[in-house]
Amino acid sequence: MAEALSQYLWPSVAYLLTGIVHALLLLGLVAVGTVIFIWMERKIAGRIQDRLGPTRVGGKFGWLQTVADGLKLATKEDTMPRDADPILFKIAPYVALCASYATFIVLPFATGWSAVTSSISIFLIIAILGVEVFGVILAGYSSGSKWSLFGAMREAAQVVSYEVPLGLCVLVPVMIAGTMDLNVIGEMQRGWFTNWLVFHDPFTFLVFFVYITCATASVNRAPFDLAEAESELVAGFHTEYSGVRWSVFFMAEYNSMLLVSFLASILFLGGWHGPIPIFTSTGIAYESSAAAFSWGGFLANVAGVANLLFKGFAGVAIMMWVRWTLPRLRIDQVMRTCLKYCTPLACFCFLGAAIWTWAFPGGMLLKAEPYAGFREADEMALLPVANSAGTEARGDFDESVQSSGLASNDSALSQSLPGELASQDDNRRSPATALAGGDN
Amino acid sequence: MNLLTDPVGASHFMAVGAVMFVCGVVCMATKRNGLGILMGIELVINGANLNFVAFGSEFLRRNPDYALGVDGQLIALFVIVLAAAEAAVALAIALNYYNNRATIDVDRADELKG
Amino acid sequence: MDGHINWHSFYFLLFGLTACVFSVAVVLTGSIVRMAFYLTLCLGATAGLFFLAGAGFVGAMQLLIYVGGTLVLLIFGVMLTAQGPFVNMKTRAGEWVIGGAAGLMLLGLLLQAAFRVEEWRGPPEGVATATAENAPPGEIGIRMLGKPGDNGKAVGKESGYLLPFEIVSVHLLVVLIGSAYLARTKRRRRASDPAEST
Repeated sequence: MAEALSQYLWPSVAYLLTGIVHALLLLGLVAVGTVIFIWMERKIAGRIQDRLGPTRVGGKFGWLQTVADGLKLATKEDTMPRDADPILFKIAPYVALCASYATFIVLPFATGWSAVTSSISIFLIIAILGVEVFGVILAGYSSGSKWSLFGAMREAAQVVSYEVPLGLCVLVPVMIAGTMDLNVIGEMQRGWFTNWLVFHDPFTFLVFFVYITCATASVNRAPFDLAEAESELVAGFHTEYSGVRWSVFFMAEYNSMLLVSFLASILFLGGWHGPIPIFTSTGIAYESSAAAFSWGGFLANVAGVANLLFKGFAGVAIMMWVRWTLPRLRIDQVMRTCLKYCTPLACFCFLGAAIWTWAFPGGMLLKAEPYAGFREADEMALLPVANSAGTEARGDFDESVQSSGLASNDSALSQSLPGELASQDDNRRSPATALAGGDN
Repeated sequence: MNLLTDPVGASHFMAVGAVMFVCGVVCMATKRNGLGILMGIELVINGANLNFVAFGSEFLRRNPDYALGVDGQLIALFVIVLAAAEAAVALAIALNYYNNRATIDVDRADELKG
Repeated sequence: MDGHINWHSFYFLLFGLTACVFSVAVVLTGSIVRMAFYLTLCLGATAGLFFLAGAGFVGAMQLLIYVGGTLVLLIFGVMLTAQGPFVNMKTRAGEWVIGGAAGLMLLGLLLQAAFRVEEWRGPPEGVATATAENAPPGEIGIRMLGKPGDNGKAVGKESGYLLPFEIVSVHLLVVLIGSAYLARTKRRRRASDPAEST
């Protein structure tokens, strides 16, 4: 996109414009998502507790309740305790928001549609998500209030512990895919829903639920919301916050919820592919970057974005359902869940999935098309390494690709990897774009 | 040279690394809080790490044949892992020290003075 | 580059200045929590510099382990050992003078060394910009499994890292056990303590 624009503008301006467009698109998603989620939370909480939830503002279902809330929050007085550390107190909410917003930079929304393509996108997302806890800890500590301090300490202990099983759970799809590129991981689940990694083998099915548990804990949602336990700690780390800064914390929290739901759908639930391959079977699929732009492919990708958004929102809705159903755990129970159940279970699933992948490369159903195009794409992405480091370890996968006999599908798939939006950062050539160069 | 229009090289990375290294050394020398000293050590380690990574890149020096390549990144990885281990042990020592003396001021740890 | 902004250099300037400014701030501030916060920003900017040097995996590792792990651990330690709400231990003026002078001398030495070698000052001839081509993480993994890389270069053959990898993993286990042993609460039995005797 930057290259296309630079035909008409100065390169610097084109580059800046491209970046700004991407940032604004993501910011729109993040802001609108939060507004919808707060409304959803109220509605779901109401229904579960046999109430109606908001009904008045903006028509029948209280659509505009969040907007009214936002106006109220913006007009509230912005207080700060006398004992607080002023700089840290003011900056902490924005640290949390920036971290949870920055994770969306490398998240693909459809084939090749991510602001920045990266060959290690999943690793980056997990890493940046871990930074978010820093904002919460700073907020709790700089407030100068014992309730906030307790909340922050619980948060520190909990999130650092839960990063271990979360990382192990994420490793399972990464190992099966053989790449840390979310684009490739999502693309290999194209086709019927049996291709989804959650149905790859019993271990991935199990690890999916471990992932959901750990993700819920790492974004501080009930039943793991020890950091803001209302019944014990007033409001935990944001006890002393009010007005706009408080709502910034909420935005950060809902963003991370949306993010881990997106990750769950991309890693396990087929990403932007629906359960039935409508677009693939009718031959309409996203083809390639600007050179081969087609409205059909564009449409397929828009449908992909809708798919992913649906899955993400459904994931958030499930988190809300869990929140209003289960009671809060004690801190020792939280730690026991992490160390005694989640971590060993994730390790076990990791080993099991490794053995299963080695024994049955095609997955559970020994499908006729064992992730065909993807394997080839992966091979090519790793070409610079494969030349020097030997390909013998991948021989099994080569055979399965050969036996699939879907060569045409393969090439279409590998061409479809790099996206139009992906070419923002023209200085860096990710394996995916290198792949496109080799194909065209 | 104009830093906005000219490409940077390993020297510039080394300059940033040098500033971090020196700040870390001064931090270690002047802080009396045990955890502050630990933070100084982290700064020193990162300043050194930056040099490893910069020398690993083939695009930051005139003759790419001399670049460390992936070796630089691997060493940086090992350094990060060892620094994490070091931080864990140092933190355990600091907590133990605090339990025994009810302070974290390292100047009070003078009982072994001969 | 006929006057166009070199974005690689621009980002280098951004991250480099952030790293330098906040590492100085770490030294100058008295509050231990602010130190930790400035250190976070500094290390985050260093991760950005790693990305610019083409080491994306190391950068992500830095974010994950340092910023998300080690520093959270540090702040945890700060919270456990804080006496007042904010620990503030003043440094004497003489210490500042001596430390600052020694630091400035060291800085001068290091900067002179960094810019003395012409070969380090820029990208290869003909390369307009220092392209940050991130190495695929697979190569790092393969090297860690002990497969020596064959780069075909004039100087230096890349070696495998299986032994360091194993040593580091055992080292981590030792550290895990050791620090858990060091930091665990020791129960002191005192006969006079009524809570213990009952």
